Amino acid sequence: MSKCRACREPAIIDLPRHNANFCDVHFRQLVRRQVEKAIDDFAMLRPGDRVLVAVSGGKDSLAAWDLLVDLGYAADGFYVGLGIGEYSEASGEHAARFAHDRGLRLLTVDLRDEFGYDVPTASRATRRPACSSCGLSKRHLFDRAALDGGYDALVTGHNLDDEAAVLFGNTLRWDVDYLARQLPVLASRDGLPRKVKPLVRLTERETAAWCVVRGIDYAVDECPMSAGNRHLRYKAALNEIEAHSPGSKAAFYLNFLDNMAPLLADRRDASVATVGECTQCGSPTTGDRCAFCRLVETASQHEPVPVAMARRR
Amino acid sequence: MRVLLRNPRREIEIDGGVPARTMLERLGLAHEAHLVIRNGTLVPGDERLEDDDEIEVRPVISGGASP
Repeated sequence: MSKCRACREPAIIDLPRHNANFCDVHFRQLVRRQVEKAIDDFAMLRPGDRVLVAVSGGKDSLAAWDLLVDLGYAADGFYVGLGIGEYSEASGEHAARFAHDRGLRLLTVDLRDEFGYDVPTASRATRRPACSSCGLSKRHLFDRAALDGGYDALVTGHNLDDEAAVLFGNTLRWDVDYLARQLPVLASRDGLPRKVKPLVRLTERETAAWCVVRGIDYAVDECPMSAGNRHLRYKAALNEIEAHSPGSKAAFYLNFLDNMAPLLADRRDASVATVGECTQCGSPTTGDRCAFCRLVETASQHEPVPVAMARRR
Repeated sequence: MRVLLRNPRREIEIDGGVPARTMLERLGLAHEAHLVIRNGTLVPGDERLEDDDEIEVRPVISGGASP
């Protein structure tokens, strides 16, 4: 039986990238320290900040919410009902139960109720992948909720695997504008809240394990519309490398932040300066109307599409 | 031992007497992408699983437009 590196008690998890095993107590300590280090290293938050956590009901967002409350931040949650059949119903229940059991405040918006469309319908109406309209809808609504609520920052549950996969994709295409903006902290500016990603030093295996040891009942089942997407293929490729060379994902992403991101600062500043305001809602946009307002117009006029009919082919 | 798998959710019966990491390899599953849970408790890769254990193999990879 393997032993905890810190105390020699029986281990509950092996973490090859740390070349170590950890017991329950010291695994929790490791996770907290990684989150604190991310917050400190990137000056994400100040003590006592009031934050809004973008919540999906999955492991990462609930772990982020749990950890921030655990670390003493005043954190509310915000959930968007995407209308993806049973998956959305179950995800919403997980988010609501998490908040209720801990006495936390969860704000919710339902796309169909508020804007007259859902993600499967938006995917069909726009003839684009579901993940595209889903991400667009969530980003817009999370940003708006954080600004309207006067929060100090919008928190998302992006983990090390998410960031490494996005970095991998951006690098494969040498998409310099996206690379320039791929930071764990984005400062607030007109029409956009401050955005922070406190889980960027944790793999998703670690965030899932945090949920297990903390008794967090999250939505385990995957979104039926994301199967086979490019992001998942990048993650599988990186995990194949990680299996043979533990620590590769962390080195890839964290060394990018240390060594490459500073060199892209000029490019980042240039892209910020070109943004105007949506004539309909006032959100930042490079055109007359923002992508969300155009999506609402297109998707809300389309006949509702069931999940099974809208899945990726 | 009885093993619960996810996405899609299903149960299979396989021989015990092997470490958790070996079970994952035999199922063709990546260690970095899964947790092994026995009776609600995490177990490390070298933990020996027995015939009468009830195991959940939980995938941890999320895709799509995460918040």
